[in-house]
Amino acid sequence: MKVIVPVKRVIDYNVKVRVKADQTGVDLANVKMSMNPFDEISVEEAIRLKEKGKATEVIAVSIGPQQASETIRTALAMGADRGILVKTDGEVEPLAVAKILKAICEAEKPELVITGKQAIDDDSNQTGQMLAALLGWPQATFAHKLEMGDGKADIEREIDGGLQTVEVKLPAVMTTDLRLNEPRYASLPNIMKAKKKPIDEKTPADYGVDVTPRLKTLKVTEPPKRQAGIKVKSVSELLAKLKEVGAI
Amino acid sequence: MASLVIAEHDGKVLKDSTNKTVTAAAQVSTPVHVLVAGSGADAVAEAASKLTGVEKVIYADDATYAKLVAEPVAKLILSLAGKYDAILAPATTNGKNYMPRVAAKLDVPQISEILKVDSPDTFERPIYAGNAIATVQAPAGKKVITVRTTAFKPAEAAGNATVEKIASAGDDGISKFMHEELSKSERPELTSAKIVISGGRGMQSGENFHMLDKIADKLHAAVGASRAAVDAGFVPNDYQVGQTGKVVAPELYIAVGISGAIQHLAGMKDSKVIAAINKDEEAPIFQVADFGLVADLFKAIPEMDEELTKLGY
Repeated sequence: MKVIVPVKRVIDYNVKVRVKADQTGVDLANVKMSMNPFDEISVEEAIRLKEKGKATEVIAVSIGPQQASETIRTALAMGADRGILVKTDGEVEPLAVAKILKAICEAEKPELVITGKQAIDDDSNQTGQMLAALLGWPQATFAHKLEMGDGKADIEREIDGGLQTVEVKLPAVMTTDLRLNEPRYASLPNIMKAKKKPIDEKTPADYGVDVTPRLKTLKVTEPPKRQAGIKVKSVSELLAKLKEVGAI
Repeated sequence: MASLVIAEHDGKVLKDSTNKTVTAAAQVSTPVHVLVAGSGADAVAEAASKLTGVEKVIYADDATYAKLVAEPVAKLILSLAGKYDAILAPATTNGKNYMPRVAAKLDVPQISEILKVDSPDTFERPIYAGNAIATVQAPAGKKVITVRTTAFKPAEAAGNATVEKIASAGDDGISKFMHEELSKSERPELTSAKIVISGGRGMQSGENFHMLDKIADKLHAAVGASRAAVDAGFVPNDYQVGQTGKVVAPELYIAVGISGAIQHLAGMKDSKVIAAINKDEEAPIFQVADFGLVADLFKAIPEMDEELTKLGY
């Protein structure tokens, strides 16, 4: 069974993002970039499937600039077998990403695609579901636990207020949530080994996908700033203030 | 044309997130219709018909829809999509589950978690966990939108819409609901609670979180935690408020022993009122707090518990 794991290169989650003065976006110059944290969880889950003998091959796919090959290398160092880099300039919307992934799935015929539930840059939370819809496959979003069966998978999902288990027929798309696993760190020998693993380079045109954004970003601004408030001296003063503003 | 709001419910009760989505929908395209997909959810359809601004409730009553499984619900929405120029759902785990399926099949981009409707085709939405706000314009054609419900006021319940029953759109049988475990806590959910009290690394242990539970019970609050507290193993991951956890925007957020790392602030800074208790007066949390108390939480929290009792909570 092949597993495809899309990985996105995003601003590292520890970096404070800065909105550009001209309001065209956020400043990406000289900022630390990393693999989207939810995608790390996806890679980890795929590798565990391989270690358990359930998966035969794990393919990491990234759609982005040339530097996204580094993100693929990270996945390869964690244990993925090979990579596909679909080179694009500029922003690619989830629908276009899903269309490219659909074409890759049609060529590679995986039984499972594991995506992060969302990327921490655009926070769209769409790609996995869109891919499943385009392929006519079932989906299990916000996965908390995966149990592979014969031609099917039982997936426990994080939902508002608790956990829900769905059974999906394979092939399927699963999107990962935080509690699914703890991603491993790549060991030095594995980082060295990853350098020899193959990465195919493609373009959206190879898959016949137009990646022109459909949504027009008119501006990107800072959220309204919160003013630091006042210091109170005691618990009773705190409660009095909270009562005064009607918060309790 | 019109907009279609997908109702959020548990089979018995219409969730407030629907009311708020109706408010957003009315700013995008009118009249507003509400789709209730459910099984024996007559009370939900009835409640939806009372929402001000709703012209019609479409009620698909079928066992397939009992748990709002994404594939059949998306199929149902698509069967109705032709008549609407905007389809909206609250950005709950249900809405996030089926709406992108609908958008992909309609070959339109989805606009996720809108905070504001600037005009019928222009929306504000948070990116980078709310650290930036993008204003985006949708192309001509159908709009598929999820709504950050904390950003909209609920529609009132003073309407009287008709309820039209429709047949099931069927199920492709590729997925099925097995079971669910809903948390039995008497407390509200973290993402919909009016008050949230969260603990950080300063709590020192999982045991100590019980101090927060007591306050939470008095204030009908939900209990959350910072990533540091989760990573230290004090509480499970589903307590986590922050960029990679849950994003909350309650009326009141009480941060206890939380320093205020960027990743945490991203998850709570849209709260209406923020109170912080921390012994380190330099803690970044005080830069966003409306009311800050520099104190040892192990003294302050028991004291707060007592004071609240005195105040009749």
